[in-house]
Amino acid sequence: MKGGNSLNALGTRVAGIASRATTHTAVDAGSGTMITAAELGLRECHHCGTVWQGAHDGEACARCGTHLRTRKPDSIRRTWALLIAAVIMYLPANLLPVMITSSLFGTQQDTILSGIIYFWVSGSYGLAAIIFTASFLVPLFKLAALFMLTVLAQRRSQWRQLERAKLYHVLEIIGRWSMLDVFVVSLLAGLVRIQGFAEVTAGVGIGAFAAVVVLTMLASISFDPRLTWDTPKTTTQVENPSNERVQ
Amino acid sequence: MIELPGVTVCEGCDAVYRHAALRPREVASCPRCGTELAVNAGAQRQRMLPLTVASLILFAIANLFPIVEIELQGRRAQTTLFGAVLALSGEGMSPVALLVLATTLLFPLAQLLILFYLSVPVIRGARPPGFALLVRMLQSLRPWGMVEVFLLGVLVAIVKLSGMATVVAGPALWAFIGLTVLLTSVVSFNPRAFWEMAFSKPGFDKPPEPTS
Repeated sequence: MKGGNSLNALGTRVAGIASRATTHTAVDAGSGTMITAAELGLRECHHCGTVWQGAHDGEACARCGTHLRTRKPDSIRRTWALLIAAVIMYLPANLLPVMITSSLFGTQQDTILSGIIYFWVSGSYGLAAIIFTASFLVPLFKLAALFMLTVLAQRRSQWRQLERAKLYHVLEIIGRWSMLDVFVVSLLAGLVRIQGFAEVTAGVGIGAFAAVVVLTMLASISFDPRLTWDTPKTTTQVENPSNERVQ
Repeated sequence: MIELPGVTVCEGCDAVYRHAALRPREVASCPRCGTELAVNAGAQRQRMLPLTVASLILFAIANLFPIVEIELQGRRAQTTLFGAVLALSGEGMSPVALLVLATTLLFPLAQLLILFYLSVPVIRGARPPGFALLVRMLQSLRPWGMVEVFLLGVLVAIVKLSGMATVVAGPALWAFIGLTVLLTSVVSFNPRAFWEMAFSKPGFDKPPEPTS
């Protein structure tokens, strides 16, 4: 009964929010829960947004030619593959030096974290905080969040679906900012080339770090947010998925 | 295969909605998951072309002039974005160099050029050759243009260097700041609106052939 209660609660919450939305009205299944395109047998072209009835999976959209899919193909499997690759690259990214500075006083090798500590110790707290967030917290948060989203989607969990959807939106926005350190290092390597006085070269770590950023971005692109909502409850809710309601 | 007009499907949770007319600049989002369903671009459509042209001009300045110059005991060094990329690839970091080149130079440039190419005929309701492919490219390029992240990177690098050398901002830095401001507006334009524009004009709305 617990599941039924939470479903009702979700229904009323959705209805509550829907009454405030004046612009788009949901095609309602009558039970208070949202009806999905998959249940109605509709296929939306993810590229141009046209909705087709009676189309097959993999068929080309008659407007723009994109292959129509109800869900991103192999979403969970691809996300896992990219995520695992990102986790593997995460280790060298944080352990190997990202920047090698050679000056008159000797050679210094910096990893991501030692660069942050350097800023903190030299008194630039704001900058240390920015780099700490972009280069350390964001990648770690992305890996953890994607791991959680994929596991829950795979188990068709109904746990905090709205929060999970919001988390996915956040991931899409913040992912790119981790490239910060890659840009800083490449700029310094291009700029500080005063022979004998000071020279900055990029370390191997920056390659691994860039790979982590790209792999996590690809993983979040390959993850299909609709899987968060594909729970067994909503698919069994509609006994008669007729197309007449939409027309 | 029959087209269902007036119906929107949420990209985030697959919920089905009926269309409603949106006022200019109004955004409809899914009440279930919060994903943006539709947006009325409003006057932004008319602003796209001038914004794109202005961005292209700033883009040229940003890449042709040095970003920063440092002076250390009478010796000077400066770099452009491309110079930094060359330095990286010279150190055996070609994959990283390629990534930097793509995210800060090639992808934003491709986005701007495609927008320019599409904006001119679309205002008149025409679809130029390669329309479908180019709009699709525009959509795939969206997450990969990182000019604003690069700008933050430049600022961090300047602070990092200010302790050991005299740092002078080059003309490209100002161009990058302007470009970031303009691109925020340019990139917020959803390429999907091109399909709406191209198909909203009567005469270009050819009915889809029933293939199934």
